[in-house]
Amino acid sequence: MADIVLDKVSKKFPDGTIAVRDVDLEIADGEFVILVGPSGCGKSTTLNMIAGLEDISSGELRIGGERVNDKAPRDRDIAMVFQSYALYPNMTVRENMAFPLRLAKLDQATIEQKVEEAAKVLELTPLLDRKPANLSGGQRQRVAMGRAIVRKPKAFLMDEPLSNLDAKLRVQMRTVVSRLQKRLGTTTVYVTHDQTEAMTLGDRVVIMRGGAVQQVGPPQELYDHPHNLFVAGFIGSPSMNFLPATLEEGRLRTALGDVPIGDRIRRELSRADAPRELILGIRPEHFEDAELVDEETRRRGIVFEAPVDIVESMGSDKYVYLTVEGERATAAELKELAADAGAADFTGVGSHLVTRLSAESTVTEGENRRVWFNLEKIHLFNPADGRNLTLREGRAAGALAD
Amino acid sequence: MADTTTRAKLQWGLLNAVVVVFALIPVLWIMSLSFKTPATLTDGKFIPREWTLENYRNIFDTDQFVRALVNSIGIALIATAIAVVLGTMAAYAIARLDFPGKRLLVGVALLIAMFPQVSLVSPLFEIERQLGLFDTWPGLILPYITFALPLAIYTLSAFFKQVPWDLEKAAKMDGATQGQAFRRVIAPLAAPGVFTTAILVFIFCWNDFLFAISLTSTERSRTVPVALSFFTGESQFEDPTGAICAAAVVITVPIILFVLFFQRRIVSGLTSGAVKG
Repeated sequence: MADIVLDKVSKKFPDGTIAVRDVDLEIADGEFVILVGPSGCGKSTTLNMIAGLEDISSGELRIGGERVNDKAPRDRDIAMVFQSYALYPNMTVRENMAFPLRLAKLDQATIEQKVEEAAKVLELTPLLDRKPANLSGGQRQRVAMGRAIVRKPKAFLMDEPLSNLDAKLRVQMRTVVSRLQKRLGTTTVYVTHDQTEAMTLGDRVVIMRGGAVQQVGPPQELYDHPHNLFVAGFIGSPSMNFLPATLEEGRLRTALGDVPIGDRIRRELSRADAPRELILGIRPEHFEDAELVDEETRRRGIVFEAPVDIVESMGSDKYVYLTVEGERATAAELKELAADAGAADFTGVGSHLVTRLSAESTVTEGENRRVWFNLEKIHLFNPADGRNLTLREGRAAGALAD
Repeated sequence: MADTTTRAKLQWGLLNAVVVVFALIPVLWIMSLSFKTPATLTDGKFIPREWTLENYRNIFDTDQFVRALVNSIGIALIATAIAVVLGTMAAYAIARLDFPGKRLLVGVALLIAMFPQVSLVSPLFEIERQLGLFDTWPGLILPYITFALPLAIYTLSAFFKQVPWDLEKAAKMDGATQGQAFRRVIAPLAAPGVFTTAILVFIFCWNDFLFAISLTSTERSRTVPVALSFFTGESQFEDPTGAICAAAVVITVPIILFVLFFQRRIVSGLTSGAVKG
């Protein structure tokens, strides 16, 4: 057991690309930290540097207070679970799990006992004498985890361990991983590109983009108080709606109508270098069918009317896609997010809003519907650098805050 | 449905039988000749009327053939061992590492494999005479390695590329040194490739006639294919056909043994289950 500290860790490849840029991160003993980001954001490289599979170009990595930059993976006493499982196909499950112990030159009896123990935890006992080829995906995944926990390392590193499983099994294994980590209390660094996994598993989540850390915090905090456009767009499913907004006469002109702003935002925007064009961000659940909103709540937001494109009834609530006039919001971050979602070339005409309305709403496709949204929950972003302008001391306060 | 599959099976079986018969008849004919007495040699019968082991006794009585057999086995085994070891290392580097000049190396290896050997015989003859390698074991082993290496590198690197790199990383994370990772994880998985290569290289060395006849002059290093061509009877009136056939049968035996021995280890799909996909 140990803490892991990354102190200005960078990775520069021989061809000059910088994969990881000055990452500072302190992972406490026993903590479960998720590194998440779109492909190519440097999360796997960071993990490989912690593992020792990639050299650290600059900066310092300390595990349990000890500098390990130049130590080989075998001397770092950490275990890793690979996306591909990387089981040794020529060995049985038992031999696979015993492999690290055998290399550590433990005696046969201890090895047997430890393997049995780990197998019991992961319910692998009946499979011990099988070869990996005769196991299902989920079983292989468990063997890979068994091989990692069997020697009680200082830390676990997991590189997208669930992404090869089918959706149902993934949800199930998510709880297995979570329970296992809590039970063992071992420091864990987990890499994923799936924001749902990041939100559900981690004590803290590290969002990376282009080799740099964007924000670190507990999942709920990242969701409620995103520091920038990228974090806001990455976390949440369906993701946050973004609309262009123009500052005119102390109000924000948007496709949803004029949005009033509070004193603090006004002060912020009256600075000389402040942008005139902003990006407005609203999460789907902060919309509501105007008919279902009482008078008092209504005052905290504004109502607009828009044609309903598609209604998806989820049972507990309804996802309603609205068409709005005007441009889509544009920013480098949004382009990147769209590309990651594979939707860069599939934009349609005009912009769409995804809203999540109560199940009681009688909204139907094709009609024009009056929809309310909560001004206290909106975010304003600077399109130039993506910064969240509604944040104050790390908390988002909506547009009306004084 | 079942009808068509039985028909398909029959058709395939017939086709296979034709191929096997086509390939085996000359071999069986030689075997048949090797058991015939000189008198019945030319009777045109597939099954000998009179069986004899005289031909076999004769070739093993002559020092010439036994020496050649020893030379052949020694030279082919040594060349195979060296080519496979060097080839394994080179192929591993080619499959795993990115180093400057890698493409060039692979290209040159391919070039060597394609080079017409016949054009090299006279220069090699001159060079080996100058160096004192002419008519020695190394004099044959060296050119065999030269021509076997590209073959070895090509087949082996294909096998190494199939071994998932994650396995090596996993071994390192599990506490293995580079050497342990190679010996205990990578090498066992690449074993079918190594054995396949060994068989191919051995057959190449064993069958070579061109170098063997050009670079040897005495029994000291003459290999079996060449010795066969020097077979004459006890007297010039004796017909050596029976003896040649017996020798031909004998020299296919090591190849068959070699293939049978290693074939058990060439289990395809050994890497399945290592990684998903």
